[in-house]
Amino acid sequence: MAEALNRALNDAMAADESVLVFGEDVGRLGGVFRVTDGLTAEFGEKRCFDTPLAESGIVGTAVGMAMYGFRPVVEMQFDAFAYPAFEQITSHVAKLRNRTRSRLSLPLVIRIPYGGGIGGVEHHSDSSEAYYTHTPGLTVLTPAGAADAYSMLREAIEMPDPVIFLEPKRRYWAKADVELPVTTEPAHRAVVRRAGRDATVIAYGAMVETALEAASAGAEEGLALEVVDLRSLSPFDADTVAESVRRTGRAVVVHEASTFGGFGAEVVARLTEMCFHHLEAPIARVGGLDIPYPPPKLEEHHLPNVDRILDAVDSLQWDDGPAGGGARR
Amino acid sequence: MTALAPHLAGLLEVVPFGEPACLIAPDGSPAGAPGLEMPSDGRLLELYRRLVTARRFDRLATTLTRQGRLAVYPSAGGQEACQVGAVLALRPQDWMFPTYRETVALITRGIPAVEALSLLRGEWHCGYDPQQWRTAPQCTPLATQALHAVGLGFAARLKGEDTAVLVFLGDGATSEGDANVALNFAAVYEVPVVFFIQNNQYAISVPLSKQTRSPTLAHRALGYGIGGYRVDGNDVVAVQAMVSQLLDEGRSGAGPAVVEAITYRMEAHTNADDAARYRSAEEAQPWVERDPLARLEAYLLNRGVLDQARHDDIAAAAERFASSVRTALATDVEPDAASLFAHVYSRPTALLEAESAWLAEQMRFARQEAP
Repeated sequence: MAEALNRALNDAMAADESVLVFGEDVGRLGGVFRVTDGLTAEFGEKRCFDTPLAESGIVGTAVGMAMYGFRPVVEMQFDAFAYPAFEQITSHVAKLRNRTRSRLSLPLVIRIPYGGGIGGVEHHSDSSEAYYTHTPGLTVLTPAGAADAYSMLREAIEMPDPVIFLEPKRRYWAKADVELPVTTEPAHRAVVRRAGRDATVIAYGAMVETALEAASAGAEEGLALEVVDLRSLSPFDADTVAESVRRTGRAVVVHEASTFGGFGAEVVARLTEMCFHHLEAPIARVGGLDIPYPPPKLEEHHLPNVDRILDAVDSLQWDDGPAGGGARR
Repeated sequence: MTALAPHLAGLLEVVPFGEPACLIAPDGSPAGAPGLEMPSDGRLLELYRRLVTARRFDRLATTLTRQGRLAVYPSAGGQEACQVGAVLALRPQDWMFPTYRETVALITRGIPAVEALSLLRGEWHCGYDPQQWRTAPQCTPLATQALHAVGLGFAARLKGEDTAVLVFLGDGATSEGDANVALNFAAVYEVPVVFFIQNNQYAISVPLSKQTRSPTLAHRALGYGIGGYRVDGNDVVAVQAMVSQLLDEGRSGAGPAVVEAITYRMEAHTNADDAARYRSAEEAQPWVERDPLARLEAYLLNRGVLDQARHDDIAAAAERFASSVRTALATDVEPDAASLFAHVYSRPTALLEAESAWLAEQMRFARQEAP
């Protein structure tokens, strides 16, 4: 995935000279995850450069540069290190178009590696998506695999609106057989990754892979799970997800972020409004514990996994009778 | 100047800062400021004319607020010379980044009053076209706009253009993180930005002495490796001359500069504030004697550049301007509720379209129910 992102940045910079990449260590080093590797060598220090170490400065100057005709793509080194830029993102990036009645627009992408599962010490594993999805004016995207990483980042860079681009860092090194460049479905659409008639597992980012593993494990027990990859959290493609849930009648929402007040709560609320008469059971949530992100040796207790997803599927009131012929256990 | 701890008194010898630069003394007599030249009489008359207009506008806005025609007004009373002088140092193609207290600066920039007052009338957050006026929306979160100014100036430099940038800050805002981040980025990127700090002595109720231990706000610049300058903020001539010069130097590659303009907020923070709770009326007296308009008027009268007839003409023109503003603001415009959804994204999302339809329906019902 990291290579696909790198290629997307490279191709976007080659295609449009107003695209600039900057952040901490993105120049000579190529970023701590090497996503910007080689960009300075290819395009020079005026197009990809290191900034002083201050996230509000990176995002705040990007606002001014976007006002003057550039398309900045900035990197926050880790999820929790983006918080110093929070005021710039919520008070300015998200609002400038609105404040000026579209006289100013901000074509700006803020890339943020997010989530855990990499054994990182504190402040390196936050799932901060709900802060951004709760901010009108932001588009929040998160690819789950390499093809989407390429295609969605290219699309994000071309958007006239600011995008929070959340990269599931534990999938950076996932191997994938993808021919680049590639164009996948439009970024604002959710996509059914695996078809199944018994229940819908809704996931995004790193949890899509975990949900697919759960579906494979479930299949061995005769359970046909459908897996939907949200891809875009804001806007949220409620129609695609609701269509799936109306068919299966049962659903589980999975994310790494703490469950309380998490993005899953919004998904459950929307689906309940849209699919109530089709539901055989309350929609279940499988999320992280409601604790600050734990130290590496304890993170396995925090993170959703295949067993927790299947346990949640088990809890969907199957005693009423099989849905689609697949009652479990 | 704030009092330095005794063991730090030597600081001022290492990095001395003299009195604020001044070209016209409070009593209207000419003063010499090293490196700054007294402009031509024609230029002085123009500064005077703009200052008279600025004051008239500020008084009018204060009155309109008392009458409930503005939701709130942070007055620039006493600080008009800062705003007029700094704005008139800009060329049309330069950019400025104002705060909520800079309505006078917007008027001086030429922005129609109705558009400039949109924020304070509660109609829309920014009523003017920033691209047309090369003026960013007025910024309320303190010092955050300084980073936008630096980014814009840097962008201009990357494009090989000589656009210079003026950003307004207050004394309180210098304590914010973003002010310091912006100074550092500007220095590293060598951006032609003038950080124009109106030191009006108060951040709402908190005096400068509780804001910093820096001997002056201009000293703050040194830590970032950029020049810091002090100017008499009640001397429009010195302000204009100094900011012009620093913008010019920035355009020729000298990078950013900090200007601390010493002034005084004659009014409360806004009409909703009560200054009597934190300062005495006597405290303002010396500043009445330092009034920016009176000193320039005295200087021009003494020199014979201004006579009674011309004085009255300028006053009458300002009165006509005020009257036109009053007329323009006389009718309340009901903002279109559909605009709530039109500018969140370049294209409304399905969610916003649904909410927009819902609100339209609610409003339709409300109109039907209305007697």
